[in-house]
Amino acid sequence: MTVKYVGQRMTRTEDPRLLTGQALFVDDVEIPGMLYAAFLRSDYAHARLRSIDVSAARERPGVIAAYAAADMGEAWQPGPPLVIPPPTLEDVVFHTRTQVPLVKDKVRHLGEPLAMVIAESRYVAEDALEDILVDLEPLPAAVDLEDALQPDAPLVHDDLESNLAAHLVQEKGDYAAAREKADLVIRRRIVIDRCVAGAMENRGIVAHWDHKAQQLTVWDTTQAPIPLRNGLAGMFGLSAHQVRVIAPFVGGGFGPKIMMFYPEEVLLVWATLKLGRPIKWIEDRRENFLTTTQERGQVHDAEIALSKDGRILGVSHAFLHDTGAYDPYGLTIPLNTQSHAMGAYDVPNYHSELRVVFTNKMIVTPVRGAGRPQGIFLMERLLDIAARELGIDRIEIRKRNFIPPEKFPYNHQIIDQAFASLMFDSGNYLAALEKAAEMIGYEEFVKEEQPRLRAEGRHVGIGIVCFVETTGVGPYEGARITVETDGRISVATGVGTQGQGHFTSFAQIVADQLGVSPRDVRLVTGDTSEFHWGTGTFASRGAVVAANAIHAAAKSVRAKVLKLASKVLETPEEELELADGVVRVADLPEQSVGLGELAVLANPLRGAVEPGTEPGLESTDYYGPQYGATASGTHAMILEVDPETMMVEVKRYVAVEDCGTMLNPLIVEGQIHGGVALGIGNSYYEQLVYDETGQLLNASMADYLIPTASEVPRVEVGHEETRSPLNELGSKGAGEAGTIPVPALFAQALEDALADYRLEVLEMPLSPNKLFALLHGKEVER
Amino acid sequence: MSDLQPITVTVNGTPYEREVEPRLLLSDFLRHEIGLTGTHVGCEHGVCGACTVLFDGDPIRSCLMFAVQADGHQVTTVEGLGTPDGLHVVQEAFREAHAVQCGFCTPGFLMTLVPFLEQNPDPSEAEIREAISGNLCRCTGYQHIVDAVRVAAENMRMQAAGRGV
Repeated sequence: MTVKYVGQRMTRTEDPRLLTGQALFVDDVEIPGMLYAAFLRSDYAHARLRSIDVSAARERPGVIAAYAAADMGEAWQPGPPLVIPPPTLEDVVFHTRTQVPLVKDKVRHLGEPLAMVIAESRYVAEDALEDILVDLEPLPAAVDLEDALQPDAPLVHDDLESNLAAHLVQEKGDYAAAREKADLVIRRRIVIDRCVAGAMENRGIVAHWDHKAQQLTVWDTTQAPIPLRNGLAGMFGLSAHQVRVIAPFVGGGFGPKIMMFYPEEVLLVWATLKLGRPIKWIEDRRENFLTTTQERGQVHDAEIALSKDGRILGVSHAFLHDTGAYDPYGLTIPLNTQSHAMGAYDVPNYHSELRVVFTNKMIVTPVRGAGRPQGIFLMERLLDIAARELGIDRIEIRKRNFIPPEKFPYNHQIIDQAFASLMFDSGNYLAALEKAAEMIGYEEFVKEEQPRLRAEGRHVGIGIVCFVETTGVGPYEGARITVETDGRISVATGVGTQGQGHFTSFAQIVADQLGVSPRDVRLVTGDTSEFHWGTGTFASRGAVVAANAIHAAAKSVRAKVLKLASKVLETPEEELELADGVVRVADLPEQSVGLGELAVLANPLRGAVEPGTEPGLESTDYYGPQYGATASGTHAMILEVDPETMMVEVKRYVAVEDCGTMLNPLIVEGQIHGGVALGIGNSYYEQLVYDETGQLLNASMADYLIPTASEVPRVEVGHEETRSPLNELGSKGAGEAGTIPVPALFAQALEDALADYRLEVLEMPLSPNKLFALLHGKEVER
Repeated sequence: MSDLQPITVTVNGTPYEREVEPRLLLSDFLRHEIGLTGTHVGCEHGVCGACTVLFDGDPIRSCLMFAVQADGHQVTTVEGLGTPDGLHVVQEAFREAHAVQCGFCTPGFLMTLVPFLEQNPDPSEAEIREAISGNLCRCTGYQHIVDAVRVAAENMRMQAAGRGV
């Protein structure tokens, strides 16, 4: 009987290296003769660049070069866009304005690079920034999302008539007609502000043009090494085969590291091609706050129409989405918001009007959640308010509106972030809700414990919300699997790794097919010289798209192994089994041949082979989903508010997830814990505070509060499993699920804890100060 | 530039003699002068804790200290704890409990926890959370790190008991 590894709680193969300081991160790359880059960045969010003179910097001992935009000549080009703008559909407006390598005429966000210095040491490069003479004329800034669309707002891009970057309407059914028939219409304004991703490792790049080898090597903290390679090759007139991009161990991604091209990526490559020496740049934390992409800023005017028995008749919202100074990531985030604004529910009528707005703030691209938390917040908040108005229990109103299991695949009749029909593949939302309610003891808490606590004067509330997560989007990933002559297995795949445990979970898939231990599977990710087809690690797609490509390749190799072993053992394939690193005759296990021996036989040094024979036991396969899978779940929490300090304590937190087949439950749980921690930051601790000139007032970890072990509760994880019908493994992805429902949950639990204040939480993130202000207003009213 | 200062810093038991600028951070000295890149730098302003090392046995932020201040002192980095084939008991517990995701913050947690566990062999969850509240992790939500500390504490107590017999 062979062991099945998929589904086991295996500890990770990559950990010993990470735990002992032996794993390679970008800043660990040392090359003889290496130079170091530093960037002069704008202290203004919006300013005219009158003049810049870098000549004094060039004179400083140890400085090799200093460049402003004019020094780049023809190489100075904006963009290109990362995600293609939407196809020209009727009535869709989209103005593509992409980031520039160095500011030429106008600064559009705080920290935008004005000049680059390259020196023998990082210390000297940073010293030399002081030598640069720059004359900036500050301009009024477009900062506030709503103000930025006013007729008199300062223009981020002078060639546009307004700061409107995009406009798109999506419609399903007839919302206006549904509203006419409704017994109850709830209308609210919902505001969600910006956060950072806050990976512990800042961005970093080492670029090395080896002139004699005519080879460019780039180590980059990217989530997308292959698109980066292809883009750099195109940009600099090189063959893609002359460019090797390596994403080694990356210290957390969470979205912004999928962004390309950051100005620094273009500039370091341009400079190494010019200077012929390796150049390193490692972002510092202040630069990370200023110039690594951010997310979440939206304002919604939202409406829900219901019948008196709590059935949703329709949802409508007009919303603004802040894209920052440029829009290289197209409409991905707001389309995700629309895809989640109907939540887990069967909403017959939907109307959504989106306006994307340029502001003088850092560019917005996905941060873990990527537009989904905003959509779920909107839907869950409206449902909570409706339940209160209708006198229906919040669990009951959700049950009445779920998309039932028999309705899958469910076509939402709007387009998703890939401009394809939004389809939900499968799910069992009721099961997750019931499990979460049971795990947290909802009934008992509401009926017994909460009244007792309230009688003691304590403000303890419970929350329970549901969510969906579109995952596993295309287009495709691939993998090459090889049986080595020592019997071990090599796997190469294009997706990079930022902590998701790919070295282990992917190895488990391979081990199941080839009858080896996962510890004997050596995996390489994120190195374009090993595998150069694919797109990257984002949108909770690794465990779906890359995993199924690996599964396909492992099956192909298995077939080759069995075919060859059948000849060697003179036994039909169906009588053979793979286990313990050998192929053996099922009934006569002593008749066996090792995988290593087969690998040698498959690659003979002399003699003849049959026509059409491919050497080795190797296969390359791909997987591209028809459409993305849909994970789902329910989170519940009990929290207590201290009405004196407004500090909150999460007393219990339950997360029930359905990510389809779990490749490794230990890793899935880790993903959920981390996701919830970010969600808690997004709810009560983390907010980027910009003043009216576009200055960021809390650009340090001392001022911007990433939750610590004191704020993040223990998360009790429960699992439901509805296999995705779209792929053989049945997996759905779990990377963002932890984060998505937390703001909605936090809001509901806060309202419940402070029920006597009749508080409505319609903005995120909150903080003790903001909660105080909200309650203070209520007290005056009372 | 003749302002280089000769220093001798003993790192993981090995003395390193170098001439450095007075402004060179200890973290940069460890990583780039002597090539011990296991110590990671996350914020360079003393908040995230990724660069934590032991300085004469006490955990400190190596980004908030100059290399010249370490002249004549003992520094222990993550490379001084264990090897991939011979993990320290705390490292082993981190692996067992899945306390590592991207691994960038991990060396700082380890260097905070090793002295903590020596002083508190049987910590409560609240004490563990307090002890690591100066180290930021964005991946794990801390739960598996807390679990790992409990596993490590138990294993360390068992080891100590074994030695006592």
